[in-house]
Amino acid sequence: MKIGMVCPYSWDVPGGVQQHVRDLAEALIDDGHEVSVISPADDETPLPPYVVGAGRAVPVPYNGSVARLSFGFVSASRVRRWVKDGEFDLLHVHEPSVPSLSLLACWVASGPIVATVHTAIPRSRVLVVTYPVLRTALEKISGRIAVSEAARTTLVEHIGGDAVVIPNGVATRRYRKAEPLSGWPGTGGSIGFLGRMDEPRKGLAVLLKAFETLGAQRPGLRLLIAGRTGDPDEVLNRVPAPLRDRVALVGQVSEEEKIRVLHSVDVFCSPNTGGESFGIVTAEAMAAGVPIVASDIEAFRQVLRGGEAGELFTAGDAAELAAAAGRLLDDPAHRAELSAAALAAVADYDWSVVARQVLSVYETVVLGRTGVAVAQ
Amino acid sequence: MIADIVLIVAAALFVGVYVSWRAGRIDRMHARVDMAHAALDATLLRRSSVALELATSGLLDPATSLLLAEAVHGTRGGDRPRDLAESDLTRALRAAFSQPDFRPSLSGKDGADELLAEVESAAHQVFLARKFYNDVVAVTRDARHRPLARVLRLSGKAPVPEFFEMDDSLLADFTPAPLNPGR
Repeated sequence: MKIGMVCPYSWDVPGGVQQHVRDLAEALIDDGHEVSVISPADDETPLPPYVVGAGRAVPVPYNGSVARLSFGFVSASRVRRWVKDGEFDLLHVHEPSVPSLSLLACWVASGPIVATVHTAIPRSRVLVVTYPVLRTALEKISGRIAVSEAARTTLVEHIGGDAVVIPNGVATRRYRKAEPLSGWPGTGGSIGFLGRMDEPRKGLAVLLKAFETLGAQRPGLRLLIAGRTGDPDEVLNRVPAPLRDRVALVGQVSEEEKIRVLHSVDVFCSPNTGGESFGIVTAEAMAAGVPIVASDIEAFRQVLRGGEAGELFTAGDAAELAAAAGRLLDDPAHRAELSAAALAAVADYDWSVVARQVLSVYETVVLGRTGVAVAQ
Repeated sequence: MIADIVLIVAAALFVGVYVSWRAGRIDRMHARVDMAHAALDATLLRRSSVALELATSGLLDPATSLLLAEAVHGTRGGDRPRDLAESDLTRALRAAFSQPDFRPSLSGKDGADELLAEVESAAHQVFLARKFYNDVVAVTRDARHRPLARVLRLSGKAPVPEFFEMDDSLLADFTPAPLNPGR
């Protein structure tokens, strides 16, 4: 099958949607399909052979954080040309209600279109106001996928209609083995965190609060924090002075480094307070076999099988997080159990399994239709 | 005076354009309903033909074969309404597949694994196609129901699209076979 895939966010910035698009495209290519991805990208960024750059993305505030998006008539005409030249059997757009390439693709193309909704967001005023504008473009979608029940609910409530739930995939083999960062995990115990520090919903504040208690009780315990940050000092200042030298900030990490970070800690923590529809980072930690402590938001509850494959604590409750992490740090046998359970649970989310489900959607949507064309 | 006329003409033009856009939109929606219906129809036909293939493959015991063949027959122009007949086929398939040791007893026989996988994937496609069909039906019915569309009869003579309800719950423990792992 000849598939055109549209990524709304800049290819050169790491993010869940971008990774989803890449892994899905590669799983489909491995299976013998022809895939072309169009994505915003800086001109200098080296792109994989199956990606077409749609020009530089502009950083704009969107949905509570800053996103790099492509919009405007120039982008639209690039997408139009890509659709025209691609002669696809089907278009697969990601996050179509984000003001970027996916929405433009729905606008300029006609034919079988599949859309995947990634984010779970509370009912937002912006979306309601712009809804009539969105509607015409979104109505062209003939099959919708949501990556989680939470994302499906968002879709049902905001836009109406329904979607098939197909969870995110994880390229599990990529995570299985890696060299820990030098000097880690060490002997005094260590806890890891991965995610943007300037994004409150990622919950770093909850973890830092819990570390105050944990660090005081355990003199050797260290905290490894990776992810984009505005000002590292600002993060460190939130930790009591005596504990500061036991907090390591490694900043934004490449994909390989990310896997190494996961292998560098005894316990991995996902303290998110919301806004997460699947928690790809948590699933990656599972694939690396790290024991996990996660907040009990719906997305984590599901991927961790209700607590079977990782400890859950009440979202936002630092004391409960400290207690759960403490128990895990003290009990290597339980850590090994959780690690094995996590590896088993994450196999359901491997891309080879997930991509097959996506392909079934493609096969259904193209039934009796000719391919994708530029809309009149 | 002239200004007034220009204003009235402009307003009339605007209203006209808007109404015709709305009508065009409802028209496009009906076209999409037709396409989704054709896709649903195709998946149902495919499911019934692979089910018949399984029934006549000689892999199953005669009773299960007959049960499946009867159910398939019911979906092909019997007196039973289509939604009920297709639900019957779902139940017959589920009954066949949930027999104890159904899969292990067939596994390894000539072509059995492929055929079972094909039946399951056909059943899964019915589930998907029906979901997508009902989705576009819901949007279309909603658009037809708006006051302007009703007063001006923007949907013309197109019949109200109906939801297609049936039992299409997947066969127990269905997971599609993974793709080639590659690399």
